[in-house]
Amino acid sequence: MLEILLDATVRAGTPILFATLGAIINERAGIINLGIEGLMLIGALAGFAGTQASGSLLVGVLAAFVAALLAGSIHAFITVQLRGNQIVSGLALTMFGIGITALFGRSMVGLTIDGFKRVAIPGLSQLPVVGKAFFNQDLLIYFSFLLVVAIAFFFYHTRWGLALRTVGENPAAADTCGVPVTLTRFLAVTIGSGIVGIGGAYLSLATTPMWIENMTAGRGWIAVALVIFASWSSYRALAGAYLFGGITAMQLRFQAMGTTVSVHILQMLPYFFTILVLVISTIRLQKGASQQPENLGQPYDREDRK
Amino acid sequence: MTDLLQVKHIRKTFPGVVALDDISLSIAPGEIHTLLGENGAGKSTLMNVLTGLYRPDSGEILFDGSPIQFSSPRDSLAVGIGMVHQHFMLVPAHTVFENILLALDGVANLFSRKKYKQKIQQVLDEFDLDLDLDAPVWQLSIGAQQWIELIKLLIRDCRLLILDEPTAVLTPQESARLFKVLTRLRDQGKSILFISHKMREIMELSDRVTVLKKGRSLITLPRGEYDESRLASLMIGEDQIPMWIKPACKYEELALEIKNLSVRNDRGLADLENFNMKLYRGQILGIAGVAGNGQKALAEVLTGLKEAASGRILAGDRDITKSTAKSSYIAGIAHIPEDRKSIGIAPDMTVDDNLIMKNFTSSAFRRWIFQDRTAIRKNATAKIDQFAIKAGPDGNPIRYLSGGNIQKVIIARELSEKPAVLVALYPTRGLDIGSAEYVHKVVIDGANQGMSTILISEDLDELLKLSDQIVVMFRGRLVGCVDPQTTTREEIGLLMSGEVQA
Repeated sequence: MLEILLDATVRAGTPILFATLGAIINERAGIINLGIEGLMLIGALAGFAGTQASGSLLVGVLAAFVAALLAGSIHAFITVQLRGNQIVSGLALTMFGIGITALFGRSMVGLTIDGFKRVAIPGLSQLPVVGKAFFNQDLLIYFSFLLVVAIAFFFYHTRWGLALRTVGENPAAADTCGVPVTLTRFLAVTIGSGIVGIGGAYLSLATTPMWIENMTAGRGWIAVALVIFASWSSYRALAGAYLFGGITAMQLRFQAMGTTVSVHILQMLPYFFTILVLVISTIRLQKGASQQPENLGQPYDREDRK
Repeated sequence: MTDLLQVKHIRKTFPGVVALDDISLSIAPGEIHTLLGENGAGKSTLMNVLTGLYRPDSGEILFDGSPIQFSSPRDSLAVGIGMVHQHFMLVPAHTVFENILLALDGVANLFSRKKYKQKIQQVLDEFDLDLDLDAPVWQLSIGAQQWIELIKLLIRDCRLLILDEPTAVLTPQESARLFKVLTRLRDQGKSILFISHKMREIMELSDRVTVLKKGRSLITLPRGEYDESRLASLMIGEDQIPMWIKPACKYEELALEIKNLSVRNDRGLADLENFNMKLYRGQILGIAGVAGNGQKALAEVLTGLKEAASGRILAGDRDITKSTAKSSYIAGIAHIPEDRKSIGIAPDMTVDDNLIMKNFTSSAFRRWIFQDRTAIRKNATAKIDQFAIKAGPDGNPIRYLSGGNIQKVIIARELSEKPAVLVALYPTRGLDIGSAEYVHKVVIDGANQGMSTILISEDLDELLKLSDQIVVMFRGRLVGCVDPQTTTREEIGLLMSGEVQA
């Protein structure tokens, strides 16, 4: 029972995990990205279409990454180059994602592909309780583990990571140290968006190997909230994503067991927890426990006379 | 010997403003060159041009005899020009190590923490500095943060160091130490471009002084050809320095008494702790201390921006700790320049509107529920006249005014209700001599008419000149009280550093 629940938790949490990691990279460079939901949809459709056309899952994942990266570059161009309003641009990106995937996805509805299969890691998958849930999964899930560690390492142990964090904290300081602020932000937004796209692709390539219109169902917004919950740390993003995965898994379990509670109430649970998490993390933020990048949401103009 | 840096006829405009008109100057290797000028004379703009933050519209910069063009700070760093900005370019949340590492050139993406820690430690040892490399910067004192900024330049082997008012946040002892380091760097052949408003420092340190005025370089004088009064008159030009005579405080009637006042900050730590103070009618009470030792909290609690956690504020026998009547009894001058635009004024509104912000509901400025524009305009003309404000055309947003003139607007507004107590938080910080003298005159005039002033300042000369009494704050407490007639700068400095208690 617990094994099954844990397994479902990881599978439900993974798309949110990818999306949260991508959003963290955006925000660490100082750019708020509310286009996560749209980017996930674009990733989901591009991933499905890529696999459908080529028959290769790897091509699908790459297609998702590139498509979301390109879509993210719109946000990057508006917010970094033109110093536009990050909130408005992000919301527009989400609308754009919903619209364009509905349009181009029409021909994909009803098609099928061979999705990601489980690959057991010898030895580790035999561990009691956690073995099956964490080490008898598909390749994208293993990739997400690697990504969590790699991002943390990148932030705290490489010079580029330091430069990226400084750009988000105090772009003027980075600038006077010779860090190219605009380029750094542009790369952070586009590459971060690409990773968000992989999260979308997980839905259409692994969770349910097919394309369904608006299949993200608000997971992008949960990721936006999780960034704050995770205090911009990739490890805590993992914990947060699995927390939501767990709630999703549990409500599905309840439904399967046929409780008397309305399905609609159960389906509401993850979103209800999003609100709860936001309230709690905001209170923590106000108490000064903030890890929030100091210049989050602020455009940087070198010649701006303050 | 060729000059290290030559600046020829630099011009830089911003939309609607000529910031630099025609600037020329040269800096020799191994000299300390001071840049002097009123606010708005173009010092900061020039600095930003030299460090590649701004691109000049026209003119030429020669470094080592060859012309160069900077398109970003990266380029100016590459030739060896580095700057300590007035507002530090540090990331408070990052460690000292991380802040310095980013400034280092040629660090591999996968760097060896140990190797670079050693390298940084070497520089720290060389200058006898004690900094914990793993401490986050926000935990350090302002003085220590300034050293980090300097280390960032030294570790890169910068050949020209630009320092923008570096002593504004230091105790006299810390300043003396900084000067020792600067002199030593000069003797090693480095060039230093130094910006300061404090005459004492300029006299002590400079090899040459260049005076800027209205975006033009007026004159460059070598040591020996200038003295304080010559520089002051060059800087201010035809503007008159107001004269005043300071009345002696009689210490008769108590204007304000603060008893055991404690204030906590956002993190829940004490900004003020058991603070006690007495202020007499007509008294000018100077408060000295390194910035960040509770002065701001004191000003905020007195002017009603912050609430006291415990303790009482008494006006005569009235308790005004929580009273809303406080604002008519106490007025505050917002400090300049850091928060000038965020607290003191509404930047995009006109001078007229900014002048009546304290009393816009008064019947003098309205007819029923509508504004009386004629009365507001009349009030503004009178105030602009009375305080000699250069306000520009009618309906000009206040943010287009220079720092000194913005400060005059704030003063005019704060004094309009004839307060009994004036709280002035760094009222002359960043102001040029003319404007600063004007602020002094207003304070003295007020004292003559019985107004009491709490003058919070980091300029000891100002405090010594104006105050009847100087108290020193350290970590939210009052650590000493001295008589400006008999005290010494050293005594105040020791109190400021918290090393002794008087």
